Amino acid sequence: MKDEAAFAPAAARRSGWSPFSRDHRDVAISYLLLSLVAVAVGTLLSVVMRLHLAWPDVKLPFWGVIKPEDYLALVTMHGTMMIFFVLTTAPQNGFGNLVLPAQVGAREMAFPAINLASFWTTFAAFTVLISAFFVRGGAPISGWTSYPPFSAIASTGPGQGLGMDLWLASIALFCIGSSMAAVNMLTTVVRRRCAGMTMGRMPLTVWAWFVSALSTLLAFSVLFAALVMLFCDRHCGTSFFVPASEIVNGQLLARRGDGSPLLWLHLFWFFGHPEVYIAILPGMGLASMLVMNFTRRRLPSYRGMIATTILIGLLGFMVWGHHMFVSGMNPYASTAFALTTMAIALPSSATVLAWLGTLARGGLRRNGGDIPAAMLFTLGFISFFVSGGLTGPVLAQPNLDAYLHNTFFVVAHFHLIMGMAAVFGLFAATHYWFPFFNGRLMNERLGRWHFWLTLVSAYLAFFPMHFAGMAGEPRHFSQLTGSLGTFAHLIPLHRWISAWAFVLAAAQMLFLTNVFHSLKQGSPAGSNPWAATTLEWLPPALGEIPAVHCSPDEYGVRHAGRDFKGQWEPPPEQE
Amino acid sequence: MPLTVTRTPVEVERKEPGFGGRPPMDRRPTGGGGDGENWENRPPGRRGPRELLGRYRLGLFFALAGDMMFFVAIISAFFVRQTTGHIDARNQYILDWHPLSIPPILWLNTAVILLSSVTMEMARRQMFRENDVLEEWLGLGRPTMRRAVPWLVITSVLGSVFLGGQWIAWKQLQTEGIFFASNPASHFFYLITGAHGLHLLIGIFAMVGAFWALYAAKRLEIRQIAVDCSAWYWHTMGLFWIFLFGMLVYFQ
Repeated sequence: MKDEAAFAPAAARRSGWSPFSRDHRDVAISYLLLSLVAVAVGTLLSVVMRLHLAWPDVKLPFWGVIKPEDYLALVTMHGTMMIFFVLTTAPQNGFGNLVLPAQVGAREMAFPAINLASFWTTFAAFTVLISAFFVRGGAPISGWTSYPPFSAIASTGPGQGLGMDLWLASIALFCIGSSMAAVNMLTTVVRRRCAGMTMGRMPLTVWAWFVSALSTLLAFSVLFAALVMLFCDRHCGTSFFVPASEIVNGQLLARRGDGSPLLWLHLFWFFGHPEVYIAILPGMGLASMLVMNFTRRRLPSYRGMIATTILIGLLGFMVWGHHMFVSGMNPYASTAFALTTMAIALPSSATVLAWLGTLARGGLRRNGGDIPAAMLFTLGFISFFVSGGLTGPVLAQPNLDAYLHNTFFVVAHFHLIMGMAAVFGLFAATHYWFPFFNGRLMNERLGRWHFWLTLVSAYLAFFPMHFAGMAGEPRHFSQLTGSLGTFAHLIPLHRWISAWAFVLAAAQMLFLTNVFHSLKQGSPAGSNPWAATTLEWLPPALGEIPAVHCSPDEYGVRHAGRDFKGQWEPPPEQE
Repeated sequence: MPLTVTRTPVEVERKEPGFGGRPPMDRRPTGGGGDGENWENRPPGRRGPRELLGRYRLGLFFALAGDMMFFVAIISAFFVRQTTGHIDARNQYILDWHPLSIPPILWLNTAVILLSSVTMEMARRQMFRENDVLEEWLGLGRPTMRRAVPWLVITSVLGSVFLGGQWIAWKQLQTEGIFFASNPASHFFYLITGAHGLHLLIGIFAMVGAFWALYAAKRLEIRQIAVDCSAWYWHTMGLFWIFLFGMLVYFQ
């Protein structure tokens, strides 16, 4: 039977790619290329934003001075592009599709045709989103969170007509594509594991993808419901979110029924909070596996790490109100959400302590050589995860958030943890799995330069934003000079931030050069260049995959003259 | 061998040990020790027709779980909206929820959709009868198709009757002057019935797809999966309707 054909571990290590192929590797590369384009566009938007914030009167060629509504359009599209098309797509659908089948011992994902369809749906979503720039009125300006009534009424600003409709269509398509991909991933993990691969023996990366996919499935449906209701408010005259007696541009709107913007906030953030855990969980899973791989030690408790992954996913659905402390919701609800938010710090801290403890016991420089770039990026991930994560409990206090909400403090928090930690997870994944998909290694020297430049410029760019936030500077303000002048004293700070942001953006050219150069000219890697235990590094001589008999944390054991035991290896002989 | 509904017994026949004899040793691999999920004692890593069907059913289950969250979001908004008023300019609390009395034809529609679930289940079971499956597998015609198609046709007709009845209900409301945007209760009535109706239309398309698969697909397993998954989707939409209908009738 076709289904029971031999597993071909080296099949991933070929060149060539077609965006129309159903093979999981090709779909993965399609997703990764889409994310690459999206991150380039998003970075370009942020460069323009930083240029304007620091030098508000600069005229852009072909555009002129950036008006406040232009700035808001930049902010909206930057956020939308990065969060949806980079951080939700690349770690989960990109690397998940590439590596997950091999890591569970499957030949292919459960539903390859649906996999391909989900990619093309996401591609269509991207195209629709980009087209919002080019229509009359331009891109929407209501932020990636698109709060009504701003987003519900077309006359509130430029881009809120057709641009906002295109945004809605794009995100709706994205919801459908993501849900299809999540169904595929979940079914693969539950049903397509090889013999002996129990749930407890799955790599932590697979657990992270599993929990992320479950969160995706549940959260994006709620966003889809909210989008449908917003669409009805915009085009069918309903008032799910639009209050009665709403006055726009001096005119009283005629709506029957009193809607509530707070309803949108609840629905959106019920999706929005799991969304950020979807973005970070794969990176955390990878960090766990790479810490073990490169220190050659086990983590303190493999099942404990599985438990923290599940707990973070579960608790992530119970904390959404911490985005709404100042929305006018019941203060007792704020207390409840503050408690659950602090609760979610527990599994995250446990994970970080596990990493730090394993690292502290040594082993990284065992061979006296340099730390490989994949591990450097993992260390960077942990660094950004801690520095970005530590301001989470600060913002989780409703009384502190009353001041810090919607200031640059929040911007610093999520850029450090999503913009940098999750992206460092992507860099680590690229360096680590490059030999898996290509059979070649990436250039270590370029990787090290890229790592240090990015780490330093990112900290120098994003850390000062905490100070701007504590000084009270709000988000989305396009011009700090002007008639009020309250925040004009922050201009030197913003010039510092912008300068380092430009360095950060430029440093990514090193990464792109490294990837595209190493595709054809990287040094050849063996079948298991990192001496890893997980199944994707199966020796090709093995042919058909044998049953799995151990979990992937068998590092630091003495086995057959090595210090690790691969999951593909037969069990020890019974007495 | 493709799927049938008979199952291999897991318990092996045991001989009576008699007086003084040792109890029979159970040599089946038990749970734990790495094989803890093998509830049905199948060789692990097996990829046969049963596993294929299970995979598609599981995929459908996950997709429907997501779909359920979609309806849960709307229903929770529905409940909150019923009890959320506002303070008007004269400092008075105003709650403008006017419960909508549902058109009585919805009761008939509910009966129709329940009946359609029964006929759909009949169709589904015709695909798994052991004798018919054996004949098809041996290449002696397609008796499953002959049995299942009439039931599928009846279900499609009943489904269309349901959708027609929903349309009539909408029209009845509109003659009373209650449109989608008329008042908060009507927002939710039209949204809920409309969303469910759209899902049922997708279910009818799935049945059309199952028809096509019955005629065009070469493997019996694929034909079984097409009908089986359409059936489970249909039952779920019926179940959702019962909840949604109950909410609309009793919880406004």
